[in-house]
Amino acid sequence: MNDVAAALAARTAQDYKSSYKPIWCPGCGDYSVLSATTKALAKLGLSPEEVVVVSGIGCSSRIPAYTRCYGFHGVHGRSLAAATGLKVARPDLTVLVASGDGDGYSIGGNHFLHACRRNVDLTYVVMDNHVYGMTKGQPSPTTEPDWDSRLAPGGTGLRVFHPLVIALAAGAGFIARGFSGDPNGCAELLAQAIDHRGFSFVEILSPCVTFRPEQREWKERVRPAPVAATSDPARAARRLMTDDGFNLGVLYVADRPTAQAGARAATAAPDDLVREFER
Amino acid sequence: MRVAVDEREARPAASATASPAPIRSWSVAIAGSGGAGVMTAGTLLLEAAARAGRYGLMVRSSGPQIRGGEAAALVRLASVPVESLDDTFDLLVAIDWRNVGRFADEIVLAPSSIVVGDADEGEVPDIFAASGARSVPLPLKRMAREMPGSWINMLALGLAGALGRLPLAALESAVRASWHRGDDALAANLAALSGGYAAAAGLGGASQPSEATPLAPARGRRWLVSGNEAAGFGAVRGGVRFVAAYPITPATELLEWMAPALAKVGGALVQAEDELASINMIVGASYGGVPSLTATAGPGLSLMAEGIGLAVAAEVPVVVVDVMRGGPSTGIPAKSEQSDLSFAVGGLHGDAPRIVVAPTSIADCAATTQWAVHLAEALQTPAIVLSDQFLGQARAIIDAPPLPDGVARRVTAPANDPDYRRYRDTPSGVSPMAIPGTPGTVYTADGLEHTESGIPSSQGRDHRMQLDKRSRKLASYDYGPRWASVEGSGAYAVIAFGSAVGPVREALMRVRAAGLDARLVALRLIAPIDAAALAHALDGVSRILVVEQNYGAQLYRYLRAYADLPGRTESFHRPGPLPLRPGEIVQAIREWSAR
Ligand SMILES: Cc1ncc(C[n+]2csc(CCOP(=O)(O)OP(=O)(O)O)c2C)c(N)n1
Ligand code: SF4
Repeated sequence: MNDVAAALAARTAQDYKSSYKPIWCPGCGDYSVLSATTKALAKLGLSPEEVVVVSGIGCSSRIPAYTRCYGFHGVHGRSLAAATGLKVARPDLTVLVASGDGDGYSIGGNHFLHACRRNVDLTYVVMDNHVYGMTKGQPSPTTEPDWDSRLAPGGTGLRVFHPLVIALAAGAGFIARGFSGDPNGCAELLAQAIDHRGFSFVEILSPCVTFRPEQREWKERVRPAPVAATSDPARAARRLMTDDGFNLGVLYVADRPTAQAGARAATAAPDDLVREFER
Repeated sequence: MRVAVDEREARPAASATASPAPIRSWSVAIAGSGGAGVMTAGTLLLEAAARAGRYGLMVRSSGPQIRGGEAAALVRLASVPVESLDDTFDLLVAIDWRNVGRFADEIVLAPSSIVVGDADEGEVPDIFAASGARSVPLPLKRMAREMPGSWINMLALGLAGALGRLPLAALESAVRASWHRGDDALAANLAALSGGYAAAAGLGGASQPSEATPLAPARGRRWLVSGNEAAGFGAVRGGVRFVAAYPITPATELLEWMAPALAKVGGALVQAEDELASINMIVGASYGGVPSLTATAGPGLSLMAEGIGLAVAAEVPVVVVDVMRGGPSTGIPAKSEQSDLSFAVGGLHGDAPRIVVAPTSIADCAATTQWAVHLAEALQTPAIVLSDQFLGQARAIIDAPPLPDGVARRVTAPANDPDYRRYRDTPSGVSPMAIPGTPGTVYTADGLEHTESGIPSSQGRDHRMQLDKRSRKLASYDYGPRWASVEGSGAYAVIAFGSAVGPVREALMRVRAAGLDARLVALRLIAPIDAAALAHALDGVSRILVVEQNYGAQLYRYLRAYADLPGRTESFHRPGPLPLRPGEIVQAIREWSAR
């Protein structure tokens, strides 16, 4: 083993963790997502400085500074846009995007559709707790219609948004579901998602113990998906539409060419461009 | 004290001592309904003028229809550079009269003007006839029919070229160079061109430039360019290698120029899903170390406000070109207005210092956009370029402008600094930026207020320190001589920016020729306002007139709020859609100076 390989082999999850203490509530599912992320990076042996974690705003979006990678904590709902610009401009970097169900599916919903469709090589992790945590308990697009809250007394009465089906319809090539109570399983999913060429989407059920304490019961409901991942979109659509939201694992993988490959080598100097103006 | 004059800018010679003679020029409007090819005729006329060594300008005007509505090509030719349309047109050629009367506000005729129209296509509309212009019927349609395969617009081109005193050979070579069809059609259309050219002989009498046409200069000394293209070129030259944008009139051509240009120089352009995405994409790309830009118009700029604020707080350099159009809301998309100034200088939440610059001419779009890239990179902050529809979409023959040297330089952090702090409180306010990929300097860029290391903080001390730092880096920077063009002398001064500068400059030539001494301050750096340089430029001035194209006198109010102006300051402002013309500014200056 040469030195580089030895150094890589020596990397542990701890090497990707910053010393900065999270602001999360004790018991929040996001702690486990952080640990799954650092485990996945260690497993892949990526250099911390070659990885950028991009996020928007929300409890879940606090994750970048808790890693020892480069981080970008932008504005609410725009993490995928910032990450797309970064990856197209810097294809050499590994770009992870972290979001919450409000950040990703509500205010950032349009970017979600277009990131799936554009298929830039990003790994998109949404910590779904079916609530707006940071703003203290309002319904999100994935909140059950009858969930009572101060902003929506008696519930919203609205159908829940189905992110996995929408990702499939919009063209995502890798769709998985994890549960924060199973950090090793999440680490495995994240490692596969990062390895996948093109846009990969990992929805992680991550309980908000403060505003949705009943989500502690999720650990009783989740189960490994009964069948292996399919690459057939029609089958995937049926499965994703009919599952109860608690099947875990990689659910759909397809190999799609990534359209935005980023910049190519220069064939002209800027001042050559002036010729078309010259008379 | 700084030198206030930037002699390097291309412009009609104006100096403190000798007043140049007012510009003599010749203007034509070629109008007709969509599909008649009036824009092609106008474009070829301008191309031929360039080939003949003349200067000129072309403005496109069209009805609201996406395709096929009425259209007019407004062309002004001269033997010196021209930066605005003239007050009246010497010639109006109408291929047909369908809805052409709608252009009456734009195509102002004088009793000395000639109107050429096809009598078979109807009468000259009263609104044009009322000007007293001489009407000359010419059976354009029948003439074209006699030359099978020819188009009427080529007859119009020949006619306009002859009355504009362009050599037939220059017109022919412009047509040949743009030809993409068969040889038979080319022959027929060259015949139509000659036919139109010959028909002009019988008309006579249009006012024409008396100066002899100079010989064509060596190729490369002049450009035929739009402000949008020039801005794109300046951006690439300044080092921009990533663009994300959403199409919007009148900024789209800038993007369409940049897409293939970036591919050639090793950059990339992404068509974003909306402007919220565009601005955040370029912030992301620039965080990655690649100088980045977006271009938009008012509606898009409004959507970008939060993202521009992120670039302020996270200290990420980005350039936003706003090609202004009539507002508010969707407003008047294809017409110029300078009404986004207040939003550009003040429209972000929080105390958010940002750079705002404005090109002073079509030619200056290149250098000023390049400068904006440089400023954004040097100061790690957003820079807004306030272009406008007139500067962006008009095409002009200009002297190849001298361009500033150098590309953007960002202060970056060296690897493995154990005490690296991204938002370190430095004397200049600019802190070295670690670019992802650099080992040993990882940090998280944040729009949340933060400590020097970038850790979120709501402590008053940290907030104060970062506010001071972000403000200081802009306030203490030496912007050098590009902050404005200061021309002329005297106790009267006119201040303008953007597309108002061209007609103001020409108006000042006229009033100086009539004996009124007045200086021009054409602002390039709008924010932060360089109060010391402005005070120096206005030294000895007792009266100031601020000229701008908007309803609310936005520049006037801004200057009154942020600068110490000597003497009495007044405003001449009016909204779009009509571009400012030198004549109305002469009138305004006369009334102002007589008050
Ligand atoms: C433009 C804008 N609108 C609203 C907010 C307020 N806000 C902050 S976080 C948030 C919702 C976060 O919910 P989610 O994305 O589900 O993340 P969680 O906190 O549950 O992890 C909202 C509405 C904001 N920061 N910016
Ligand atoms: S409010 Fe909910 S989501 Fe936010 S930190 Fe607390 S438990 Fe986690």
